[in-house]
Amino acid sequence: MPADLSSVAPEPGSAKPDPILQVEGMRRSFGGLVAVDVEKVEIQRGIITALIGPNGAGKTTFFNLLTGFDEPDGGTRVFDGKNIDSKTPHQLARMGMVRTFQLTKSLTKLSVIDNMKLGAKGQRGESFLVSIIPPLWSAQEREIEARADDLLRRFKLDHMREQYAGTLSGGQRKLLEMARALMSSPSVICLDEPMAGVNPALTQSLLEHVKSLREEGITVIFVEHDMDVVRDISDWVVVMAEGRVIAEGPHETIGKNQAVIDAYLGAHHDADLDLDAGEEAVIPPPEDSANGEEE
Amino acid sequence: MAGLMMVVVAFLMAVPFPALGQEAEQGIRVKLQYRDAQNENQPAVGVTVLVATADGVEVGSGVTGETGEVALATETGRFKVSIDPSTLPEGITLKDPAAASRDVTVDTGRLAVALFPLEASDGAVILVESDTMRRVLQLITEGIKLGLFLAMGAIGLSLIFGTTGLVNFAHAEMVTWGMFAAFMAEGFATAIGLGGSKTFSLALAAVIAMVVGGATGWLLDAVLFSRLRKRGTSLISQMVVSIGLGILARYVILYVFGGSSRFFASVSGQRAMKFGLVEITASDLISVGLSVGVLVLVGLALQRTRIGRAMRAVADNRDLAESSGIDVQRVIRLVWAVGGALAALGGVFLGQADQVQWESGTRVLLLIFAGVTLGGLGTAYGALVGCLAIGMGIQVSTLFIPSELKNLGALFLMIFVLLIRPQGILGRKQRIG
Amino acid sequence: MTVLLAAVDWGQIFKLTVSSSLGVDAMVFAMAAIGLNIHFGYTGLLNFGHVGFMAVGGYGVGVAIATWGLNPYLGLLIGIVFALILALLLGLPTLRLRADYLAIVTIAASEIIRLLARSTTLRPWTRGTEGLNEFAGEFYNLSPFDKNLYDWGPFFFTANNLFIVIVGWITTVLMALLVWQLMRSPWGRVLKAIREDEDAARALGKNAYWYKLQALMLGGAIGGAAGMFQVIAKSTVQPDTFQPVITFFIWTVLVLGGVGRVWSPIVGSMIFWGLLALVENILRQFVNEGFISSVIMDSNQVGIFRFITVGLGLMTLMVFRPQGIFGSREEMALDAR
Repeated sequence: MPADLSSVAPEPGSAKPDPILQVEGMRRSFGGLVAVDVEKVEIQRGIITALIGPNGAGKTTFFNLLTGFDEPDGGTRVFDGKNIDSKTPHQLARMGMVRTFQLTKSLTKLSVIDNMKLGAKGQRGESFLVSIIPPLWSAQEREIEARADDLLRRFKLDHMREQYAGTLSGGQRKLLEMARALMSSPSVICLDEPMAGVNPALTQSLLEHVKSLREEGITVIFVEHDMDVVRDISDWVVVMAEGRVIAEGPHETIGKNQAVIDAYLGAHHDADLDLDAGEEAVIPPPEDSANGEEE
Repeated sequence: MAGLMMVVVAFLMAVPFPALGQEAEQGIRVKLQYRDAQNENQPAVGVTVLVATADGVEVGSGVTGETGEVALATETGRFKVSIDPSTLPEGITLKDPAAASRDVTVDTGRLAVALFPLEASDGAVILVESDTMRRVLQLITEGIKLGLFLAMGAIGLSLIFGTTGLVNFAHAEMVTWGMFAAFMAEGFATAIGLGGSKTFSLALAAVIAMVVGGATGWLLDAVLFSRLRKRGTSLISQMVVSIGLGILARYVILYVFGGSSRFFASVSGQRAMKFGLVEITASDLISVGLSVGVLVLVGLALQRTRIGRAMRAVADNRDLAESSGIDVQRVIRLVWAVGGALAALGGVFLGQADQVQWESGTRVLLLIFAGVTLGGLGTAYGALVGCLAIGMGIQVSTLFIPSELKNLGALFLMIFVLLIRPQGILGRKQRIG
Repeated sequence: MTVLLAAVDWGQIFKLTVSSSLGVDAMVFAMAAIGLNIHFGYTGLLNFGHVGFMAVGGYGVGVAIATWGLNPYLGLLIGIVFALILALLLGLPTLRLRADYLAIVTIAASEIIRLLARSTTLRPWTRGTEGLNEFAGEFYNLSPFDKNLYDWGPFFFTANNLFIVIVGWITTVLMALLVWQLMRSPWGRVLKAIREDEDAARALGKNAYWYKLQALMLGGAIGGAAGMFQVIAKSTVQPDTFQPVITFFIWTVLVLGGVGRVWSPIVGSMIFWGLLALVENILRQFVNEGFISSVIMDSNQVGIFRFITVGLGLMTLMVFRPQGIFGSREEMALDAR
C-alpha cells in the first residue's frame, strides 16, 4: 500500500515522509539556455510519481540528469540516502535505478529473449575471462533465462521469444523495454513517456503493468503528456515548466493550480509574475472539498 | 565507358608532358652567397661540397656553379653536408669556422637545403638566408598558403558533413581529379594554341577544373548519394561507400595517368619573387589571392544569398529546414556541386605549388580532416580557421622538428583537439537528449 | 574467339587462383578481419586504422628480434603487447566520444605509426624505409618442410610459405572459434547490445566504456597477430606495406563475407584474394597474348586494375548487398526501421 501523502504540502519542493530520491539545486544549461533549474524535489518511495509539463519544459533533460546520462552544472542528488552526484548511468542502474527511453531502445538485432537476459544484474559470464569457459556461467544463465521467460509471459511477449526485437510493434517494444528493466530487480524505475506511440489497445495493459510495479514495491517515476493517464495511475504529480518545478501535489490539486494552467495554456499575464509563482509555490491549499473533481 | 577511356588515353598522348627539371629531384641543395662591399649578393663559385651519411661514409660531392649553387641527388635520410673551406673564393671565410658541416634530412622527393653563413674578410657579411626572422616569416607565409589551399577542400567536406552527416572520404579524389582536369585542360589549351599567355592557359584550366569538379560533385549526389539517402542507408554505410568510391577514383586516375609526377607547364621554371624578407612565386601569390577571394565569396554567399542561408539552415536543423519549405535535397545537391568545384580549385592550387600526382589528394585528406575537426565539424568558418591553423602549424613546426615529421604534428594536434574540445575551436556544444 | 581463349592457360589461372585464396595474404587478411569484426561487427566501433595494429604487431616482433636481439618468442609477445598498448592509447581517450571521432583518430593514428616508422628519427630501431629483415629465420627453423617448392595439383607454395600458411590458418580458425564462443556468451551479448544502442546498455547497468575498451584491445591484439604473421611470412617489415588503403582492403573482406558473422572474415578473405588473383591472372595472360591492346592496358596496369576492382567491389557491395554474400537481408532490414 502506498504511503499516505495527505500530510505532505502540495507545493514545489515539499519534503516527503520517506524519500528515495532527493534532488537539490540541480541546474543544466545549454549555451545560454537554461534547460533545467530545479531547486528541490523529493520522490516518495513506493508510489507512482508523474512528471508532467508542456513541451520544452525540461522533463527529459531532468530525467537524463537524474539517471546520470547528462551532467548537471551544479546541485546534489541523493538516492536511498547515498549521494549519487558522481555516479555514471551504469553504476546507478546497478544500485537499483533503471530507466527507459522516450524513443524505445530495443536492441533490434538481438532476439527478444537476449534483450531480456541482458537486463539481469551480476552476470558472471559478462566478464571476459569467465565468458570463455561456459561451465562457469551456464548454470546462472539458465536461472536468468527462466526468470526472463516468466517476465515474458507476464508481459505477453512469450510468443515473440526468438524473434528479433526489431520486428516488434511500437507498443510491444515499450513492453519489452519495461520487462527488460525489471530483469535487474530495480528499486526505482524511470519511464520516459511509456505511453507515447503505443496503440490504444495496448495502453490499458501497459497501465496495468505500471500499477503492478507499485504493488511489488517498486518506485515509479514517469514522464507523460496525456492527463488522462496521469489521473488514472499517479499518486503524486510534479509539474515542470521552463526548467523549473512549478507545482507538486496529488493530481486533484494540480488541475486547479493557476501556474499550471498558465504554463499549459501560455501565460497571458506578465512573465515575471509567472516566474514568481513558480518560486514561491503559490498553490492555494486545497479547500475542504479538495478530493473530488473526478467522482 | 571503354570508349571514353580510349578517348582520354589518346588525348593524353597528344599532350606534351613538361620535361622534368634538370637538377636532382630529391637530395641536397647548397647555395653559397656572400655580400660584397656594395651589399650585393655574390655567389661563391667553385666551392667543393661533400655529402656523407650520418656514419661518415661519403656518398657524393660537387662544386658550386655560377650561381653559387649545387644540387646533389641522394637517398632519403639524414646526411652530413660539409664544404671545403680551402676552396672558398679569396677573402671569403665561414662566419663560424667550426661550422663547416651541417646535418640535413632528405625527404622523399624533396631538396633539402643546407646553409653556410659566409663572411667577406673585410667584415661586410653573410648569407642572409640563415636569418631566423626571415625563416620564420617565410614559414608563416608557406603556412598561410598551405592553409588556404587546404581550406578549399575543407569547406566542401565540412558543408557536406553539415548538411548530410556524411564524412566523405572520396573528397581527396575530388581534389586530385581537379588537378588532373586542369592539367588536361592546360595541355589542351596549349595544344590548340590558346596558350599565348602561360598564365592565361592555367587560369582557363582552373576554371574548367572548377566546372568539371562541380559537375562531378553534382553527379555523385544525383547518381549515388541522394539515392542512398532516399533508401535510408546508414551514414556508416554511406561512409564506406565513399571510401570505395575514393579507392576506385584514385586508382582509375593512376591507371590512366600513370604514377609519375606532373607539373603545370604554365608555372614551371618560374622564379620566386621577393617581398621584403619573404619569397613567393607569382603563381603562388595569385593562388593565395584567388583563394582568399573565393573564400570571401563563399562566406558572403552563405550569409547573404537565399540559397546560402538555406544551406546553413539545412546544416543547422534539417527537419526544421524541411518543414519551413526549403527543398533540402536540392540544397544538398548544390552543396555537393559547390564542394566539388572548391575541391577542384584547391587541387589546382596545390598542383601548381607542388606537383600533379595521383596520390596528391589522398596525401592532404588527413590534413583536411584535421583542419575541419579543429575548426568544428560542419561549420564553414571553422574549416577555414582550422585549416589555417593546421597549415601554419605544419610549416612553423619545422623550426623545431625534422621536416619529415611535420605532418605528424598536425595529426597529433587534431587528436588532441578532439579529446579536449570535441566540438572544435568554433563549433558549438551540442545539446544532448 | 574460341581460338584466342584456347591459347590462355586456364589450368595455370585456376592454380594461381586457388593458391592465392589459401595463400599468405588471404590468411593474414582473414585474421586481421577477425579483429575488425570484433570491433565493428560485434561492438560497432568504427576502426578506420586497423592497419596500425598490424604495423605495431609487425614492428614489435621485428624490432624485438632484429634490433634488440631478443628471443623470438618474446618478440611475438612484444608484438601483441604493442598492439594492446595501441588499443589502450586509442581507446582510453576516444571511446567516450562520438563514434565517428574514433574513425578519424584511428586513421590518423595508423598514419602517424607509418610515418614514424619510416622517419629518420626512429631509424636506429626501424631502419627507416628499408625496413628490417633479419628476424624471421628462427621461426622457419621450426618448419618441417624442406623442399624448395610444393606443387600439388592446384596448390603451389614455397616451403616457407607452406609452413607459415599452415600455422597461420590454424591460428586463424582457432581465433574464429574463440570469437564464436565469446559471442554466444553473456560478454558477447553485452558487446552486441552496445553495438545496437550504447545508452540502452548503460541504462541496464553495463559499463559500455569498459566493454568497448576490451573489444578494442581484443580486436587490436588479433590485428597485431595478423601483422606479425605478415612480416614473418614476407621475412621483412617495411613501413610502406602499412598504407591506409590496407585498412580498407580489410573492410572489403569483412563486408564481402558479411559483417558480424563468425566465419565471414575467413570466407570473405578467401573469396577476395581468389577473385583478385583470378582477375589479375586472366588479364595478365590476355595482355601477354596480345588480346588486349597495350594502349588500353599494359602489364603494369594489370596490378593497378586490382585496386580498381577492390574500390568498385567495396562500393557496389555496400550499395547493393550490404549484408555480404552470406548475410541475411532480413537482418539488415532491421537497421532501417
